[in-house]
Amino acid sequence: MFGLSQKDTRFLFIVIALTLLTPFLLNPFPTDSALAQFNAGYPALMQRFAIYGLMAIGFNILFGLTGYLSFGHAAFLGIGSYAAVWMFKLLSMNVLPAIILATLLAGLFALVIGYISLRRSGIYFSILTLAFAEMSYRLAYSVFTPITNGETGLQLNLKDPRILDAAPTSASLPVPSLFGLEMNSSWTLDLGPWDFTFNVGYYFCAVVAILGFYLSLRIFRSPFGLMLRAIKSNQNRLNYTGLNSRPYTLAAFVISGMYAGLAGGLLAAMDPLAGAERMQWTASGEVVLMTIMGGVGTLMGPVLGAGFIKYAENIFSKINESILHSWFSWLPDGLEDAVVWVFARFVGEGWHLTLGLMFMIIVIALPGGLVEGGQRIARLFRRKSEDAPSATPAE
Amino acid sequence: MSILEVKGVNKRFGGLQALGNVNLSVKEDTCHAIIGPNGAGKSTLLNCLVGKLIPDSGSVVFDGQSVLGRKPHEINQMGISRVFQTPEIFSDLSVIENVMIPCFAKRDGAFRMHAYEGVHQEKGIIEQAEAILADVNMLDKRHMHAASLSRGDKRRLEMAMCLVQEPRLLLLDEPTAGMARADTNNTIELLKEIRKTRKITMAIIEHDMHVVFSLADRITVLAQGTPLVEDTPENIKGHPKVREAYLGEAQV
Repeated sequence: MFGLSQKDTRFLFIVIALTLLTPFLLNPFPTDSALAQFNAGYPALMQRFAIYGLMAIGFNILFGLTGYLSFGHAAFLGIGSYAAVWMFKLLSMNVLPAIILATLLAGLFALVIGYISLRRSGIYFSILTLAFAEMSYRLAYSVFTPITNGETGLQLNLKDPRILDAAPTSASLPVPSLFGLEMNSSWTLDLGPWDFTFNVGYYFCAVVAILGFYLSLRIFRSPFGLMLRAIKSNQNRLNYTGLNSRPYTLAAFVISGMYAGLAGGLLAAMDPLAGAERMQWTASGEVVLMTIMGGVGTLMGPVLGAGFIKYAENIFSKINESILHSWFSWLPDGLEDAVVWVFARFVGEGWHLTLGLMFMIIVIALPGGLVEGGQRIARLFRRKSEDAPSATPAE
Repeated sequence: MSILEVKGVNKRFGGLQALGNVNLSVKEDTCHAIIGPNGAGKSTLLNCLVGKLIPDSGSVVFDGQSVLGRKPHEINQMGISRVFQTPEIFSDLSVIENVMIPCFAKRDGAFRMHAYEGVHQEKGIIEQAEAILADVNMLDKRHMHAASLSRGDKRRLEMAMCLVQEPRLLLLDEPTAGMARADTNNTIELLKEIRKTRKITMAIIEHDMHVVFSLADRITVLAQGTPLVEDTPENIKGHPKVREAYLGEAQV
């Protein structure tokens, strides 16, 4: 179905189901329980899962398939955000034109940056993309202030023209919407001690992310995707087989840049702000971490990696010393303080330390990322259930 | 008629004259061997034919068209395929995927943005790839990871990848280098069969005289970047100049 093999169709349906049920899956703990702070089913975080998942899916088309490691994809994220906010300011608060322009503009920039950067491969390519992203960041911060509003960031204003929208009736800023369906509106389902929040913005991002995932699945299984994997495997052979690797890598670069631009547009659609820091190299590095953590070149890996990092960022960073004290109150006093002191280094502001440790563990123990971890567990179960080891290699 | 004409080719690397006034003519439907001691310029010459190096002067004409200044993929699309000294394959892909790539290159040219079709729907390409794998006796290994193949099978796979493009000229760069005697003989048999079943012109660079004399119709002896003689294998065997060039290197 959908031009996919049976196995892939089933895979796609599982992904769709998981995405649509996210508000349930990420809220396993009752609202009043002590574990409720581990719940991730609130709109802002779910939106980020979908958006960064989408960006990582796109990044994986370049890095996972061709092996070209770009350190500059945050530039496209930022360009997408600026483009979307400008659409909100000038045209309409409808999110569709905003994310379309975000995607196209990022694609245009990717074409130029990719055309130049792809003259080199390996580490030199990475450095070139990093240089372009840093340039974009610095320019957005200073020279392009009339367009980007510099360090304040680009924001909506009541006096913006918004030529397609009716004149504002209230004194508050308008909210991005899809044909009147406001992105920040939510509906809460009370189910016993549980609260599940269904947010319009999340579902909009989820639908876009599913479409993005479907497209990436098609690319992975297409002759084009095969050529990209061949580039990673042996570019020399590919050239001596009559194929020109340059347009293939450029196409992959532009596609992944458009994914990043779309993600940037969605970020702005959820919260109509765009700041230069979105283009900083740390943001470029983050998507690299996501992809490696989840599993380079796998379909699901980047999404898992994105979820993992965003979860750590938002959940671990919220745990403070008083929460730790309440957890370890059963310990004798002196010991409690010591244990809390140690754990406090790894949570709150120190959440990067936890992330770093997890990254190290995953890279050393599971070079194939979280997906490889899942495969190993699955294999363990399969070996237990049937005595003969299965001969089919895991995908 | 000759399919490849090399005329007055010179190539200099700094102070080293790697090729000096090389003339070579490969006739259609023959197997032309280029032999010579180490450093004779055999590989340099080959690299000039496939677009990896550009000669300082001279001309290389394939089938009436100059190949000079063209990129490797363009020269391949003209009909020249190359087998490398160590088999160059896509080790991360499966055996059948390795063969499907040249099938796509043959059908769709150097670049096509076919990102939305599924590989599994390309019935014609799959059939073509399976047929060539059957020809080189590798059909049962089609789902294997190419990296896990034996050295001999890697060579077979590379050969299949070249053959499926139906090249007019197949360049072989020491196809048996580093092989055990049994593998070498297998390769000779494979090449002989290819010569018999397909009308492919071959140019072969080789050290192993056993391979050369089993396959070649014409032999060019290269020494210090210049062709010494070009003749049939029988005449080359006893040629005094060749003995001189090879003195102490091999029993000719």
